[in-house]
Amino acid sequence: MAKPFAALAIPLFLLSVVSLLSLRCGAFSADRPTDRRLLVLVDDLAIRSSHSLYFSTLQSRGYDLDFKLADDPSLALSQYGQYLYDGLLLFSPSVQRFGGSLDLAGILDFVDAGHDLILAADSSASDLIREISTECGVDFDEAISFQDPAALVIDHTSYAVSETEGDHTLIASDIFIESTTILGDEKIEAPVLFRGIGHSLNAANSLVLKVLSASPAAYSANPATKLSSPPSLTGSAISLVSIVQARNNARVLITGSLDMFSNRFLKSGVQKAGSSIKTQSPLLFSFGTALVLRSEKSGNQQFLTEISKWVFHERGHLKEGECMAQVFLSMNFLVKEYSVEIYEWSGSSWKPYVVDDVQVQFYMMSPYVLKTLSTDKKGLYSTSFKVPDVYGVFQFKVEYERLGYTSLSLSKQIPVRPFRHNEYERFITTAFPYYGASFSTMAAFFIFTVVYLYNK
Amino acid sequence: MVDPSEAKGEGSLRKAFGGVLGFFILLLIGTLAFSIRLFSVIKYESVIHEFDPYFNYRVTQFLTKNGIYDFWNWFDDRTWYPLGRVIGGTVYPGLTLTAGSIWWLLNNLNIPLSVETVCVFTAPIFSANAAWATYLLTKAPAHLFEVKGTGAGLTAAVLLAMVILFLLVFLLISDNQNVPSYISRSVAGSYDNEAVAIFALIFTFYLYIKSSDLKNYTQTLNTGSLFYATLNALSYFYMVCSWGGYTFIINLIPMHVLLCIVTGRYSSRLYIAYAPLVVFGTLLASLVPVVGFNAVMTSEHFASFLVFIIIHVVALVYYIKGILSPKMFKVAMTLIVTIGIAVCGAVLAILIALVASSPTKGWSGRSLSLLDPTYASKYIPIIASVSEHQPPTWPSYFMDINVLAFLVPAGIVACFLPLSDASSFVILYITTSVYFSGVMVRLMLVLAPAACIMSGIALSEAFDVFTRSIKFQLPKLFETPPSDVWQLIGDTNNGTQDELAKVDSKIPTEKSETTVKERPSKKNRKKEKEILEKGKEIKEKGKENVEKVSDKRQNAKKLLVLPLEASAVAILLLIILGAFYVVHCVWAAAEAYSAPSIVLTSHSHDGLHVFDDFREAYAWLKHNTDVDDKVASWWDYGYQTTAMANRTVIVDNNTWNNTHIATVGTAMSSPEKPAWEIFNSLDVKYVLVVFGGFVGYPSDDINKFLWMVRIGGGVFPHIREPDYLRDGQYRIDAQATPTMLNCLMYKLSYYRFVETDGKGFDRVRRTEIGKKHFKLTHFEEVFTTHHWMVRIYKLKPPKNMTRGKSKKKINPKTRTKISYQKNRNKNPWQ
Repeated sequence: MAKPFAALAIPLFLLSVVSLLSLRCGAFSADRPTDRRLLVLVDDLAIRSSHSLYFSTLQSRGYDLDFKLADDPSLALSQYGQYLYDGLLLFSPSVQRFGGSLDLAGILDFVDAGHDLILAADSSASDLIREISTECGVDFDEAISFQDPAALVIDHTSYAVSETEGDHTLIASDIFIESTTILGDEKIEAPVLFRGIGHSLNAANSLVLKVLSASPAAYSANPATKLSSPPSLTGSAISLVSIVQARNNARVLITGSLDMFSNRFLKSGVQKAGSSIKTQSPLLFSFGTALVLRSEKSGNQQFLTEISKWVFHERGHLKEGECMAQVFLSMNFLVKEYSVEIYEWSGSSWKPYVVDDVQVQFYMMSPYVLKTLSTDKKGLYSTSFKVPDVYGVFQFKVEYERLGYTSLSLSKQIPVRPFRHNEYERFITTAFPYYGASFSTMAAFFIFTVVYLYNK
Repeated sequence: MVDPSEAKGEGSLRKAFGGVLGFFILLLIGTLAFSIRLFSVIKYESVIHEFDPYFNYRVTQFLTKNGIYDFWNWFDDRTWYPLGRVIGGTVYPGLTLTAGSIWWLLNNLNIPLSVETVCVFTAPIFSANAAWATYLLTKAPAHLFEVKGTGAGLTAAVLLAMVILFLLVFLLISDNQNVPSYISRSVAGSYDNEAVAIFALIFTFYLYIKSSDLKNYTQTLNTGSLFYATLNALSYFYMVCSWGGYTFIINLIPMHVLLCIVTGRYSSRLYIAYAPLVVFGTLLASLVPVVGFNAVMTSEHFASFLVFIIIHVVALVYYIKGILSPKMFKVAMTLIVTIGIAVCGAVLAILIALVASSPTKGWSGRSLSLLDPTYASKYIPIIASVSEHQPPTWPSYFMDINVLAFLVPAGIVACFLPLSDASSFVILYITTSVYFSGVMVRLMLVLAPAACIMSGIALSEAFDVFTRSIKFQLPKLFETPPSDVWQLIGDTNNGTQDELAKVDSKIPTEKSETTVKERPSKKNRKKEKEILEKGKEIKEKGKENVEKVSDKRQNAKKLLVLPLEASAVAILLLIILGAFYVVHCVWAAAEAYSAPSIVLTSHSHDGLHVFDDFREAYAWLKHNTDVDDKVASWWDYGYQTTAMANRTVIVDNNTWNNTHIATVGTAMSSPEKPAWEIFNSLDVKYVLVVFGGFVGYPSDDINKFLWMVRIGGGVFPHIREPDYLRDGQYRIDAQATPTMLNCLMYKLSYYRFVETDGKGFDRVRRTEIGKKHFKLTHFEEVFTTHHWMVRIYKLKPPKNMTRGKSKKKINPKTRTKISYQKNRNKNPWQ
């Protein structure tokens, strides 16, 4: 039984999770945060073969995949209070109701327990799937789809050119999030093919990120019918693929296209219509932008592989090591020393995490000191400072939240007490007149006594 | 015990007999004072009571575990989170050190008592001490009567009378310690500062009288006693260590000194009694960390310094008077007076400037509310909110001092009969303490000893008169020759004359003093005194004219004696009065004042019910929460939570930071979400509320709630009291304001309350609650005690994920399917 992961991330809100986590043994632990056992829920077992390429990349990375029909009556995520899986892939967009005892609450509890989720919808997305995504903070294009279930993202400028002139619902998008943590160090050169429904995010929601967004020219509508009113979702407000990192660091990937995982999309080449910003070769670009550019292969394979690495905690997972805080007295000042070790999970082992922007707060109701920690390049961050002349119960707080990384929230409580009675300076220079006064009075009194007693 | 004024053969035997008797009577008084306070242990258990004693208990535990230096330097980070509290510098250490020393001593004697046991029994032990101290203090003003009783040539009858007198005085004194208002603060388990402070107070007064030799005119008459003056300062130091009420001493004694000076009773004895007290006392007082420089900086202490200056001026005047000729003296006098007035004017100007620069005029809030009883209610709701700071009601006087209320006036009259310095001090004491007790109910405690001393004097005087009457008439009754009586009288007079001669020879110089001193004994006095007997229990009410005969000067003087029958009946009545008083005291000790308030009982038709909810809740916290979790509650329960549950609290009964308390008050008065935010910012994990509506426990949080609103609103103006009142009325039924029905305190108190009886009937407010069905969104109930008296809630963590904006489906089919969704948002009241 490994130590529960959440036990080292101090945030208070995780405590409810701790109890759940400590019950199970699993991969999502302090030692090995990467998921191991994945459950794939499908509408139709044919997906297993039509999307086999994607599944095999997962299997080749060491994951156990368990395929089940979404309405399988024996479906269960947990047994005897322990979760059977570390991650869930919902490749069943049209399911109205899960089999077994699984329901919306079950899925959300699964995520709240710190497990990861990949949700792929398409134009046939059921209310249940939409509800799950809404709970995660992602709103699939709903208003239109409700009247007209076949609303798709249409883009007349950056569609993928196919042999036949289609309805421009097959989009080739290359507007990625700028983060090597999420998408890997290797740049994704080719656009990603997408066909499905778009979704929007609440700008106030800080947990959700747009990973792949549509071009400014895209809109969401039913390609078969005539557009009667302006589409509710347009332009770059449309998100094609989004990720959520919950407060307990559980990760969720939501996309409106199940097809983008399919073998066909993974293998096919991509031709992007119109003027493309990104091209495979700058040489070609110089010939003329109006030309159709043909890339060798779509970016789906790389994009989905990299992002699944992120979702399943192969990347961007931080943990803190030894944290040391102490107070000592030096030259009549209280000095605080604080150091913390931070490590990053590389997928197979913990490596020191080296940056220069980790800050510590010395906090009591408001930060009294805010200092950037200096690093020794081996994952150890440390600093020391003079304590403000206020006593109380202070906290060392490290709130480290960076794009793509799990949030690191450490707090260590330490009381700052007044000096002990024997810690003050023994003699103060400015008080010498007073010392002089008292000693001279004593001497004078002694002399007076002697004179008074013996002089008569 | 017996005044050692003479030593003749037979007399010394009687003296020894009286001494032994007195010793045993005192022993019995101590035993009685101790054992009458054990009702709480017998009826409940050996447990610390109420609120503050729990803090003292916790501090004592710390002291015994960590030693005195750690106690002195203790910074408590488990209370007032996150501010913490410097315990060593803010606590009166007397009680703690006393109990700690007792524990240490017992342990070193291989008597392994727990700290709790020692703490529980500290108060009874010290009330026995206080009884003895009161005896000593009462002896001082009552000495004249004793002198009478132990005069030369005592006959057996006189001895008997003396024994009765002793008995009565002592019974009274013991009753004094049994006086209910003092019992209320010193029953076993009531481990509070006052338990030792009252002893220290009385003992300091006694030593002051002793050191000024106001009573003792047989030895060191003209010098006073520096030894006792030093002891007095030490005793004052102990008082300063024990209780903030020490300011009473440092104001009362200067008042008395001033009185003596004004009435021309200045003597060097007075100087010797007073000057060391001010100098040593102030020096020692400033050693106590919690007082520190306050001993010279605050207005409470100014009176002592002012009188200190005055007594020096007066001493100087007397000295100059002695060495100069009358003419020269006149010149010098004008010079001194001019200079004195000038200096006083300058000092006064500086003082006024200093004092005026402080907003409270240099007085602490509690002292100001004593001088101006309306001050606290106007400016400091936190002081006004404490029930023991309210003025007492008339019934509480009857309850607390009972018969003494009627005996006190008689005692005052008796004190005036021969007005000595000691009796003037006691009069001053009773007058001031009556005023203070009228301002704050807790200061009844200071009144109690004064009332007892006064009543003791009154009763002793009355018994003196009656027994004397009997004494002179008994021989006639038995047809004994009158020579005995005359011999007795002659002896008495001889003795008195001898004594006076002795006195005169000893003090030939101090003319003014001796006249003052002897005036009462030389003059022939006849006084009439009325004793009102109006005990509640006593059927017969009425007045009784008592003629009192004082000392006689010449043989020829007629004896003023009461008829034998009248005296006998009066004695009987007085004894009955005393007996009823004792019955009342025992009843009060057993029934009214022994409840520990941590365990409650109620008698109903189906037997005794015990409500042990508080300890149940604290034990739950102790066993089910993390050791560093923070628990928020109204400040009343802070001390208990830290002591019994060992969890960090936000505010506690040491109400030193008004803003912090106001923050908690604001949270309690706010709707759920803002309250959650306030608590979360303070790292609070659990919220504890006390709710009495289920069993009818009236001092619960809903009844205290308006104070939370007031205190919160005092700092955060968006909390306004009228929002919680419907037409000026505080109510929680359907007529209550929406602000009231939505505030956190209401919700936490009444959450799920309707499930108990289906209607939500509040037994304290005697009404159905206004809002019955509601859900909590940011708090979850984690524990409710057996009788619902304590309810503990946990702050829900923020949601793991933020929900999207999409509205719910219109499709009812989907909605019913998704039960989870339903649960999350079902709130019929929003």
